[in-house]
Amino acid sequence: MIKVQTANFSLEEEVKTMLKKNDNVGAISSFIGIVRNKAKEKDLISMTLEHYPGMTEKMLKKIENEALSRWRLLDSLIIHRHGELFPGENIVLVITLSKHRKDAINSCHFLIDWLKTKGPFWKFEKTKNSGHWVEALDSDNLEEQKWNI
Amino acid sequence: MRILYFSWIKDGIGKSQEDIDLTGNIKNIADLINFLSEINNDYNKVFSDLSSIRFSKNMNLVNIEENIKNEDEIAFFPPMTGG
Repeated sequence: MIKVQTANFSLEEEVKTMLKKNDNVGAISSFIGIVRNKAKEKDLISMTLEHYPGMTEKMLKKIENEALSRWRLLDSLIIHRHGELFPGENIVLVITLSKHRKDAINSCHFLIDWLKTKGPFWKFEKTKNSGHWVEALDSDNLEEQKWNI
Repeated sequence: MRILYFSWIKDGIGKSQEDIDLTGNIKNIADLINFLSEINNDYNKVFSDLSSIRFSKNMNLVNIEENIKNEDEIAFFPPMTGG
């Protein structure tokens, strides 16, 4: 399932909901990305995530389907927030459920690597006296490329 | 045609979207960029380094040679930074 929202999320609540829907779950893997409190060594005031409504959901659904075809998953969830977020706040949640651990762990890793470079989001970091758009990192691109999407 | 701009491209041009009527000589994304670059200096500056710009047509990532029609929605944005 894909959710793109401004509201916060709860890992515990989401896992509980997914466990109710699925039978014979043996492994749960999750990743949460949160807002750091520094941006280029300066104290961060906030991070605003802009996205492309419609395209975001379309691309996230596509990559979720890719994960479901590559690994034996019972269920998956991606929640990505947008709007202005503050240090310590949640940005993104990925949860994967499977019978065995490797499917859950590897698919979760795959989904978050993909989100870093292909999720249609752009981050604006506001610090005390300035602000800047976050640039894509080469290291993230390399991480994503190893999955051969 | 509807054109959308995101991130620093939106800031540079000063708007998040606009509608234009395609003229006959704009066949692909590259032609559209040439057309937009001639509107004023802001557009020209934004499109001066295409290595840091990505394109989509109807919400699918495409390359600069992609053919376009008046009914298409085109978006310009920098490399994505989700997660």
